[in-house]
Amino acid sequence: MAVARTTVEVGYGGGERLMMNMGPQHPSSHGVFRAILTLEGETVVAVDAVIGYLHRCHEKLGETLTYVQYPTIASKTDYVAAMTSELAYVLAVEKIAKFEVPKRARYLRVIAAELQRIASHCLWLGTWCMDMGGALGGGATVFLYTIREREDVLDLFESLTGARLLYGFHQVGGTRYDIPPGWDAKVRATLDHIEQRLHEYEAMLEDNAFFLVRTQGVGTISQTLAQEVGVSGPLARGSGLQWDLRKAEPYSSYEDFEFRIPVETAGDCFARYRVRMVEFRESIKIVRDALAGLPDGPISSRPGVKSVGQVRVPKGEGYSRVEGARGEVGCYIVADGSPKPYRMKWRGASFSNLAVLPHILPGCKVADVVAIMGSIDPVFGEVDR
Amino acid sequence: MTLPPIAFQALMAFIVLNAILVVVAYVTLLERKFAARMQSRIGPYYVGWPHGWLQPIADALKLMMKEDVVPDAADRWVYNLAPIVFLVPCLLIFATIPFAPGLGVADLNIGVLFFLAVSALEIVGLFMGGWGSNNKYALLSAMRAVNQIISYDLPFIFAALVPVVLAGSMQMSAIVGAQAGLLGWFLFYPVIGQLAFIAFIVATLAAENRVPFDILEAESELVAGFRVEYSGMKFALIQLAEYAHMLGTSFLGALLFLGGWLGPGPAWLGPVWFLLKALVVFLLVTWVRWSFVRIRVDQILAISWKLLLPLSLLLLMASAFVVAFGAGHGA
Repeated sequence: MAVARTTVEVGYGGGERLMMNMGPQHPSSHGVFRAILTLEGETVVAVDAVIGYLHRCHEKLGETLTYVQYPTIASKTDYVAAMTSELAYVLAVEKIAKFEVPKRARYLRVIAAELQRIASHCLWLGTWCMDMGGALGGGATVFLYTIREREDVLDLFESLTGARLLYGFHQVGGTRYDIPPGWDAKVRATLDHIEQRLHEYEAMLEDNAFFLVRTQGVGTISQTLAQEVGVSGPLARGSGLQWDLRKAEPYSSYEDFEFRIPVETAGDCFARYRVRMVEFRESIKIVRDALAGLPDGPISSRPGVKSVGQVRVPKGEGYSRVEGARGEVGCYIVADGSPKPYRMKWRGASFSNLAVLPHILPGCKVADVVAIMGSIDPVFGEVDR
Repeated sequence: MTLPPIAFQALMAFIVLNAILVVVAYVTLLERKFAARMQSRIGPYYVGWPHGWLQPIADALKLMMKEDVVPDAADRWVYNLAPIVFLVPCLLIFATIPFAPGLGVADLNIGVLFFLAVSALEIVGLFMGGWGSNNKYALLSAMRAVNQIISYDLPFIFAALVPVVLAGSMQMSAIVGAQAGLLGWFLFYPVIGQLAFIAFIVATLAAENRVPFDILEAESELVAGFRVEYSGMKFALIQLAEYAHMLGTSFLGALLFLGGWLGPGPAWLGPVWFLLKALVVFLLVTWVRWSFVRIRVDQILAISWKLLLPLSLLLLMASAFVVAFGAGHGA
């Protein structure tokens, strides 16, 4: 009893410090992240980030499951944006095997990936506002609004694949499902709806002085730091780096579409917010264009399999990377001619993005820690794999 | 009334106390329904027909049946005493509120002062809870509480004193009396009234620990703040105290700025008007709560010391000036 009491040492101004665990069980740890904060009063002076609580041996699983089985499992790495993880895996396999992918399948992949980005950003906006505004405050209001829109997108995925979170939509050589009749009209209606709602969110947040003081100038990532740590996605673009794989090395027919890459130079939470808000709109535009130009034809270059070991990939290795909702998702596969990869390796966007935390947290207040965490938008399924 | 004064007051106190407990319970339902509408939800629905009318009762029963956990490392005395120390001032503030002329526990001649002084006492229970839990989150929250309440009690008091100066009395019934007549409410008092009401509402938000000023609770950082270790009935007491304080402050706001029980219709409608006005103030605070994000502790202090305190002080001086040079209601 006495021992426990002596562990609490707090003092303003003096040299006394308080070690505080934030996570792994914490309302805003976005999963199971543990930040051991050293505090002086309210100010963070040091942070020790501990990950690994959600490790599920994904890479070893990749070696024990066949090319037919694994795409479904791949969606479990980043479960908030499952479509892009699947896409990274099948692209790597197709690269090694030199499979041709029909144009219709490539368009469907773009549609799925961009809808997924919208769904993922919806969740990000809601949870981030909840981090700042509390489950018993305005944050919860934004959360319930955005989750309503995410729900609409998930309904679209449900009618497309039958699943709402982990899809198994992609397969090596194409996609597993074609769009059901009437689906494109539903997509257009949903997108119109979301586009209109985006204005509401912006009005609610950007005209709100409290939101601005919580986000502007908080958690600034300089361009140099962004490059040194290797952050990607909205974090890099929020720090002034014009880097988007969809433009830099287009995959899956992204070269057919016109879209803008939002870049903000401030590098703070607000810049990352702005980048994602523009990405919402660009994704909506891409989906509309892809639906309008959706070519006819097969959705897969190979027939359906009768057993899981039927897809064989020649010896070789390949790395594919796609622009996920959180940044660069990479998949490296070494194939040995059998139905399973010899070795596979994931590059999770959240993992690299999270590495920036110890650089920017010291000097912040405790309240900023959750705001910055939320603006990084980590998914711990992807960090720990 | 043939009862001796002491017996009458004891009876009134008994009635008011119990009525407050019931109203507080249903104010939580009102807030949940209101928030649900804002968030395109329905809110409590299934417990009690129609629209979850028995939800507060069910909540209270559930909390009573919960296990009462005391952490090993807690300072037992302080920890166990804190909810009571927190609750008492929050209920005591209703003592001086008259719900209609002559209908109240004690219409003191320093009613407003009593209210402000007693409501400032709640910080003691809050800090005891945070300190006694011996939990780091609770401790940080308790420190924030002291910071915040000290910073916001001053603007709160100054804003509440503006109607006092305009009415020329600290007696609640006299303040209501001064607001009689068409547009006589102090809310409609040119410029000073509106600004003072805004300052009052902002300070109220902070004094009640509501978003955007709920850094004490701050569940995204400090999990639940000073009450993170409380469960069962002790948690219920803390919750009750918070809502009672909120309701009490809403009554004060209605009384100081919205003319209390004044309203059209027969005199017996007075308490109804008063309750409705208090609920309007309460819903105003709730509306703000469910639309804003929380601000940081340093920003909260900056708003208080750099903006709200000078503003409320200036308003107080302005109202004193107006009264002294003859344009005021009272004095």
